[in-house]
Amino acid sequence: MIPASPCQGQTIAELATITVIIGTVITILELERFASRRHGLADVPLASVTLEIRAGEVVTLSGPSGCGKTLLLRAIADLDPSTGTAALDGKHRDQYAGPDWRRRVGFVATDSAWWTARVGDHFMARPASGELSALGLSAAVLAREVSGLSTGERQRLALLRSLGNHPRIILLDEPTASLDHDTTLRLEALVREYVASSHCGVLWVCHDLKQRQRIADRAFQVHSGVLHPVDKSEPQWMLSH
Amino acid sequence: MDVIPLSYVDLLLAATLVLLLAGLSLALSLGITRDLLIGALRTGVQLLLVGLVLKVLFANGSLLWISLMALVMVVVATREVYARQSRPLAGSWGIGLSAAPLFVSSLTLTVLALLIIINPDPWYRPQYAIPLLGMLLGNAMTAVALGLDRLTSSAFEQRNQIEARLALGHPWRQAMSGLQRDSARVALVPVINAMAAAGVVSLPGMMTGQILAGTPPMEAVKYQILIMFLIAAATGIAALLAISGATRRLFDDRQRLRLDRLRPAP
Repeated sequence: MIPASPCQGQTIAELATITVIIGTVITILELERFASRRHGLADVPLASVTLEIRAGEVVTLSGPSGCGKTLLLRAIADLDPSTGTAALDGKHRDQYAGPDWRRRVGFVATDSAWWTARVGDHFMARPASGELSALGLSAAVLAREVSGLSTGERQRLALLRSLGNHPRIILLDEPTASLDHDTTLRLEALVREYVASSHCGVLWVCHDLKQRQRIADRAFQVHSGVLHPVDKSEPQWMLSH
Repeated sequence: MDVIPLSYVDLLLAATLVLLLAGLSLALSLGITRDLLIGALRTGVQLLLVGLVLKVLFANGSLLWISLMALVMVVVATREVYARQSRPLAGSWGIGLSAAPLFVSSLTLTVLALLIIINPDPWYRPQYAIPLLGMLLGNAMTAVALGLDRLTSSAFEQRNQIEARLALGHPWRQAMSGLQRDSARVALVPVINAMAAAGVVSLPGMMTGQILAGTPPMEAVKYQILIMFLIAAATGIAALLAISGATRRLFDDRQRLRLDRLRPAP
């Protein structure tokens, strides 16, 4: 008689598939000796970044202001020229047209910009009301004028605007800079949920140590122009001093 | 009928009016006295010089000399277009994108109008060719300068909006469509207004000149209509070429906004 296996009812093939999914780490974004070359500057603070972001992972980036975090995000989003290599889902950046790359690499800037008066006109597809309410916004916000929104409302809407493209990787530049604590937690939860359901990756610039502890799967700290992996609960001062 | 010739004394009389205005602006400390006097002086000197040049040119109307004159006019117009922009595209691209549209539109339309419509003998007869080119070039120059200036300065001011659209995956053409429309409108509004007001509000200069010279009014009017249409076409073509070329140049092959290609503001 065959002893009952712990995974009763599942075939060997099914078990194998599960193992493969759990066992393999799917890399989404791959950077190798990557650096911004904005305006042809030779002297970029973050001179050479080698980094992998895997499916379902939130990676945070911290460091003093002016250390090149935003420049790095802009370069990854291909808004500025860069050196080194960047690949998404195993394909080199050159294999994507610029706009295709940027749809898949969703960059959400700290200061969101809006190009027409009405909020709703900035969305290709109407965001689900669940997403809006998850961030504490009502569906009526889409009919409002951008000029009447608070910075925090704009910041949340900019995130939703970007998620509308179903990006494979999200680059967040201090997305909760103008949000209160409660809304910050809501936004973190929304990003977490999106990451879990879409298996995308996130590179999140954050200054707040507590936020880093809440959201980071892996954390990096910029120190003297180099990315250092840090324990996500390690206080920043240990590295900066 | 013949023109009543003006003596230099007549011109001096008119000049005293400008001097009076200069005195008035000095008394009111408007701060434009210097510019006014320099402008008046330039009008006198430049027009007298060009009169001498035209005199020689009309006496010796060879195609070579006329082409040379046309070339000089295009070069001066290009320089003017470049100088009137606060943040022009830097380097040879900036100059080329000012020069090529002027060259293509004004020169082509002048030649076409001479060969097909006006038909003087020979077709490059300087009495027709030079004033015609001058009018087309002058208007196209203003339009290109206005259009490019609006395009580059608003691309600079609205870089965050443009990059927000790029970051969402919009192609450069879509991200710039509003700005391009704006710039084209700014470039073309003066000529559209001039056409709308022609004859009602203002009597166009060329027509006035012809009438003063004794041309029958209806002939002068027909010439003016022809010129207006040619100006509109030359202006439109030049401005649209310049704006679309410059917009393309603001983006690289990865469709990134490249404001580093603009000359920094002084």
